Amino acid sequence: MTRVRELRGDPRAGWAIGALLVLAVALMPLFRPPLDGFTSDAILALAYVVMALGLNLVVGFAGLLDLGYVAFYAIGLMVTGWWASDFFSGVKNEKGIHVGVSDFAGSLPGIHLNFLLLVIGAIIMCAIAGVIIGLPTLRLRGDYIAIVTLAFGEIISRVFQNGDTVTIFGDDKLSNGRQSISPIDQLNLPIFGEFDSATDLRPYYWCVLALCLVVLFVNFRLRDSRLGRAWIALREDEVAAASMGVPLVKTKLLSYGAGGAFGGISGVFLGPVYASVNANQFMFGFSIFILAMVILGGLGSIWGVVLGAVMLGFVNHWLIPDVLDGEFVQDKLDSIGLNFQFSEVAFGVFGFILLLMMVLRPEGLLPERRHQMELTATGPGELGEPGELSATYEARA
Amino acid sequence: MEAASVTAAPPKRRSDAVREFISRYGLIAILLILPVAYGIQDLGDDGNLTRLGNNLVEGVSNGAILALIALGYTLVYGIIELINFAHGEVFMLGSLTAAALYSPFGLTPNTATFGLIIGLLAILAISMLVSGTLNVMIERVAYRPLRSAPKLAPLITAVGMSFILQNVGILWIGASQKSVPDLIGSQKQLFEVAGVSVSRGTVLAVLAMIPLVLLLTQFVAHSRLGKAMRATAQDPEAARLMGINVDTTISVTFLLGGLMAGAAGLITALYQTSIWYFQGFSAGLYAFTAAVMGGIGNIRGAVLGGFIIGIIQGISDNRIGNEWTPAIVFVYLIIIMVFRPQGLIGEETREAG
Repeated sequence: MTRVRELRGDPRAGWAIGALLVLAVALMPLFRPPLDGFTSDAILALAYVVMALGLNLVVGFAGLLDLGYVAFYAIGLMVTGWWASDFFSGVKNEKGIHVGVSDFAGSLPGIHLNFLLLVIGAIIMCAIAGVIIGLPTLRLRGDYIAIVTLAFGEIISRVFQNGDTVTIFGDDKLSNGRQSISPIDQLNLPIFGEFDSATDLRPYYWCVLALCLVVLFVNFRLRDSRLGRAWIALREDEVAAASMGVPLVKTKLLSYGAGGAFGGISGVFLGPVYASVNANQFMFGFSIFILAMVILGGLGSIWGVVLGAVMLGFVNHWLIPDVLDGEFVQDKLDSIGLNFQFSEVAFGVFGFILLLMMVLRPEGLLPERRHQMELTATGPGELGEPGELSATYEARA
Repeated sequence: MEAASVTAAPPKRRSDAVREFISRYGLIAILLILPVAYGIQDLGDDGNLTRLGNNLVEGVSNGAILALIALGYTLVYGIIELINFAHGEVFMLGSLTAAALYSPFGLTPNTATFGLIIGLLAILAISMLVSGTLNVMIERVAYRPLRSAPKLAPLITAVGMSFILQNVGILWIGASQKSVPDLIGSQKQLFEVAGVSVSRGTVLAVLAMIPLVLLLTQFVAHSRLGKAMRATAQDPEAARLMGINVDTTISVTFLLGGLMAGAAGLITALYQTSIWYFQGFSAGLYAFTAAVMGGIGNIRGAVLGGFIIGIIQGISDNRIGNEWTPAIVFVYLIIIMVFRPQGLIGEETREAG
């Protein structure tokens, strides 16, 4: 027992466990067929991890409730719609613009860019959008921020949904409106070349896993950085943070920008995975879906958010359509006279998770230590020594 | 502004005066953009304002419904500073209840006037009670346990509650829009003023709204519970020390908001002759915009804001297109929240800072 305890305190043990875990997750698809339902669910779940980690920067670290996160997902997806399909088919006399794509995509009209360029484009656009969304909220507090971000998310979604009536640069449309833009190019990476989701999903899996690891690393570094500590200070007490010299405007805008950029990255990745961009899915419900992941895992807790995103990803893409709407459960429902599909009420399930978690366990499944203190301690006097508290924390964990 | 503070203030610079002027009249100017622009366009095209007038009339009936919903937001926000995000869904379920009661009460478009009035009054009472009770239950389940939690927690449960109720709506009537019998012939013209036709639905919406709002204002202003509500809104702690049962008072506030939403639900079912599980989402956000526009916590403000947003909605639906209306209303919402968070006739709130 003492050995185990010694090991737990050793940072190298943490790294070793982490490395083993990553290795196991990375090797998983090798034991499954190349076109596997489980792998495809896992791809989506990992993409949600990237998105939820981004939202966690805004909601979890900086404490700014962002209900319009769907905007960044939408922008990320639209980036692939614009720059990785034949959407702008008239460009350059219908010859198209091609940068770093395969021969096949290179022969198509429209703009076709390499995935890395798409990621950079989405990061820039989402960061700008994040700052634009952040600007009006600077003077506001609490729930007014939530409503303004919600309104922005709805406006951006609406603009893309009705984009077929908006013309830009002469007669090009902004989007295809309610019709989807397809096909989106397969994912193209400089060294690995073009993936092919029709024959093998595994490269997509490894790609999103790599994205996740990068984003996780960035998250940890951000959390411990000067900026991350400024965010947390902001969350704890805005006035105190400001009087300690935290620049409020810059800190808040950076949180919106950084959070948005992660959402954009995830969106850009999902474009090739879906192989089409459908503006109908840009709905408020999606923001809540991602928010539910953050709440479920634990606001501000990076590992918690990862867990929450993976769990809800599988709930949405496996548990609800395959299990609850599968024959077995549906037969049971029929036999007691109930007749409905769970996929119809999926958002109700996420709403229920939000409600349940906030009422019963507001700190989430894997709470962040500081946040837990805030939510469970009755007063500042009862917190005790830091060492004492971390001991109780470890006992609970 | 009081004289003392004026003399105490440093001499005003011109930019401050300009800012104050913009803050006071800028919002009104922005609100006038749509009607004035389309008014000029109509004068140029047809030589009269009939088309704009029709939009305005439609806007007034939207506004009557939105005003009733906005009252719920404004009452609740006034007392516990919480955006009751599920309020739109309370309205939606009120609408569904009302529509479901048509056939049990034997109401069809052919029912005689007298029977129709009695039946509708009964349905009004039931749908109001259902919505009111639902709102009280929401408060018990989702907000009361979190009253001492950080401010964002109840807002998150509110959003969760809203999704749960939406899906109750889906389970009840399905995911698509459903048309209901047109009991009152809502689009039939009742009378005409200067070429602008006023339909039965419009008259009904306004006629139903006025007594409800009057009753509500009287209740809040003069009844014992109304006084308790205002005291709790000012300072919950002090109110508790004065012997006011704060929990009951808050429940009553939710009940009142729910009653209004239920009434709005029946009016919508009669006026739009269709119901949808998603109708509460946009209506709720529009009504919230209305409440903020009027100055949140202010009953008269909510009614005024309701009519303004209703008219914007009416103009936008007809001129710019249904599908753009949410975007336009939300642009107004952002403008108001950023530049005049205290609203047209409201006071500074804590959120406005």
